[in-house]
Amino acid sequence: MSEERDPAALEAEDDLFVSAMESPEAARLSAEDISPSSNGPKAEPVLLDDDPDDPDDLFAEIDEDEEESRDTFDIQISVSDPEKVGDGMNAYMVYKVLTKTSLSIFSRDEVCVKRRFSDFLGLHSKLASKYMHMGYIVPPAPEKSIVGMTKVKVGKEDLSSVEFVEKRRSALERYLLRTVKHPALLKDPDVLQFLESSELPRAVSTQALSGAGILRMVNKAADAVNKMTIKMNESDAWFEEKQQQFDNLDVQLRKLHASVESLVCHRRELSVNTASFAKSAAMLGNSEDHTALSRALSQLAEVEEKIDQLHQDQACADFYLISELLGDYVRLITAVKGVFDQRMKTWAKCQDAQVMLQRKREAEAKLQHANKPDKLQQAKDEIREWEGKVQQGERDFEQISKNIRREVGRFEKDRVKDFRVVIIKYLESLVHTQQQLIKYWEAFLPEAKAIA
Amino acid sequence: MMQEGLDDGPDFLSEEDRGPRAVNVDLQTDATLQVDISDALSERDKVKFTVHTKSTLPNFKQNEFSVVRQHEEFIWLHDSFVESEEYAGYIIPPAPPRPDFDASREKLQKLGEGEGSMTKEEFTKMKQELEAEYLAIFKKTVAMHEVFLCRVAAHPVLRKDLNFHVFLEYNQDLSVRGKNKKEKLEDFFKNVVKSADGVLVAGVKDVDDFFEHEKTFLLEYHNRVKDSSAKSDRMIRSHKSAADDINRIASTLYTLGTQDSTDLCKFFLKVSELFEKTRKIEARVAADEDLKLADLLKYYLRESQAAKDLLYRRGRALVDYENANKALDKARAKNKDVLQAETTQQVCCQKFEKISESAKQELIDFKTRRVAAFRKNLVELAELELKHAKGNLQLLQSCLGVLKGDT
Repeated sequence: MSEERDPAALEAEDDLFVSAMESPEAARLSAEDISPSSNGPKAEPVLLDDDPDDPDDLFAEIDEDEEESRDTFDIQISVSDPEKVGDGMNAYMVYKVLTKTSLSIFSRDEVCVKRRFSDFLGLHSKLASKYMHMGYIVPPAPEKSIVGMTKVKVGKEDLSSVEFVEKRRSALERYLLRTVKHPALLKDPDVLQFLESSELPRAVSTQALSGAGILRMVNKAADAVNKMTIKMNESDAWFEEKQQQFDNLDVQLRKLHASVESLVCHRRELSVNTASFAKSAAMLGNSEDHTALSRALSQLAEVEEKIDQLHQDQACADFYLISELLGDYVRLITAVKGVFDQRMKTWAKCQDAQVMLQRKREAEAKLQHANKPDKLQQAKDEIREWEGKVQQGERDFEQISKNIRREVGRFEKDRVKDFRVVIIKYLESLVHTQQQLIKYWEAFLPEAKAIA
Repeated sequence: MMQEGLDDGPDFLSEEDRGPRAVNVDLQTDATLQVDISDALSERDKVKFTVHTKSTLPNFKQNEFSVVRQHEEFIWLHDSFVESEEYAGYIIPPAPPRPDFDASREKLQKLGEGEGSMTKEEFTKMKQELEAEYLAIFKKTVAMHEVFLCRVAAHPVLRKDLNFHVFLEYNQDLSVRGKNKKEKLEDFFKNVVKSADGVLVAGVKDVDDFFEHEKTFLLEYHNRVKDSSAKSDRMIRSHKSAADDINRIASTLYTLGTQDSTDLCKFFLKVSELFEKTRKIEARVAADEDLKLADLLKYYLRESQAAKDLLYRRGRALVDYENANKALDKARAKNKDVLQAETTQQVCCQKFEKISESAKQELIDFKTRRVAAFRKNLVELAELELKHAKGNLQLLQSCLGVLKGDT
């Protein structure tokens, strides 16, 4: 695939967007930014273009500009106050989505709306259909859970369903934050509508067993088959390398996620067993007839009780900080891989167009000697049509390749930041736990020594 | 199978004091008789302990000597104490539990079978851990056998026992085969009768306040210790599982670190290194809790049972005494076999009084030993927990310092 672009078609875009990016209020959407584009989605994404011949340069400039836009990135979203609406199997949870921002694309500084889970899924579905084929990494929505939700619907107010709702609430919040962090998605009218408008049409097609749901499943299967049959001539080592890296990352993150989930489970178990031991030690202390030893054993019981609470808190941190982050990234990487697949599909389409063009040319050549003037004309028209399609296909492939490079760059930057921040926070939680342990045992030691 | 000489293990003797490793018992050892287990060998299905004695007593041919003994011979010695009428008034030091490497062996075997499915590093790591676990179990069983011998050696009466001296000195196999099926069945029935009896005897209210109190106390205490022992075991197992998880996390982070194309690679490698170290500390915490807490509770579970057995024997003697009294009264009333009844009554009375006298002292000593052992172990437990928490904290803080500095 050639790296050359059709200069005429893109020059206009070039100027427009570079100038838009250079202004500090890059995040503001002004009228000039919106320009009709023949192959873009309905809402105009903010495309960054630069010298394509030097990919490194591309990123350098983008990083700076994105850094700027990040500094002015002023939007806070919180998902809170889960409320159950209705009862029985038709019940559902409604969440409050509060957006606080100073960005001008929003109509107010502070907007509060009520949304249910299927609304989030609907939003994701729309964004995916608009942007994925262009190579944008659309953050995946949280997963459905029939089991978890059924418990909530049935009205069990027990610990596991409370935890489930909290887990989901947190996941929805992270999903929205990731979505608006993407400079293009932030400006998407569906996103704005989701965050701002009080009424939202019900997203019925997100239900698994709806017509749309079944269509989705069929398409997924078809995609999987196609993936196996497309053998792409990868002329760009960058893509091959990146795909390999993401495959490796996928494997390792899944492994890590499984180990962390196991750790959470064992820590929770440890907490329960420590509490149980504490009670037992207290009883032992009660039955001990040597006064000082009895008191020391009661103290030991108290220490162990505090430690059990410590383990519980740590398990929570393990979970909410690390485990959920890993889960999010496993899903994100699936989205990244999806985007690479889209590029393959685009390439295949382009190849198909070229094959078609070749056929049309051959057909025309044959007709040259057949003396059928109107058929010949038709053949010539078709050739022109397919030449256009080939050009379009090449442009699409260029575009998606460029988009993916940029998206991957942004994704990796985010990934580095996310992991750094979270791991440091996690280590700080471990530090706190150890400090508390020291406090508890230091208080106990003199009690033990006092046994006489 | 693994042949483990104590001298090969790097850790083994460095952390615990040399000499009588009486972990759970605070004993006065004197120069007249010192016993310890100086070496041990683990073979396929048995452990061979080298029992080493230093003594100035005239009973022994030499001042210092060693013999090799197996677990069954310890049991033989213990049972000979239990079965002897002479020692009915003493708390018989509880027998050491059978060395049990089955679980550990199974794990090592499973590891060998699964060798193909993991990387070389993972395999070596897991093998090292399992070997460490094996070694830990080994250390424990040696300690428990040693404590038994030390308790006997420290007891003013039991230390003079002939069987004990034979055990210590006779340098050939004692040929005490394990009990055959018939004997084991007999033991079982004896225990059933004893516990039924125990209930009967325990029901008899004691005139003596001291023993009445001890009875009530021991019954409740024994049950509570049993419960605490089981719960502490479970707690420690969870702790070990969590440490294992951290181990796996460290390995995966290492792989991530070597594969990552971004700045995160250094980050991951550093955190992986950190978790490797903290995991070792967590494993040590679990091991120390096992040694200082779980083993302590297990030991006093067995000792409190031995104390209960003593009370049972005294109660039995009391019942016999009271029955002999009644028989004497009856004989006197009928004026038949009075002399015989008198003799029986005298014998029973003497037996009962002898047991009562020594039992009282034994129970007082038991309390002293118990308090001392708990004090020692709880203090050591707290000190070790502190040491490990501080170590962990330092590792975490220094790593955080490096990671934050890099940003």
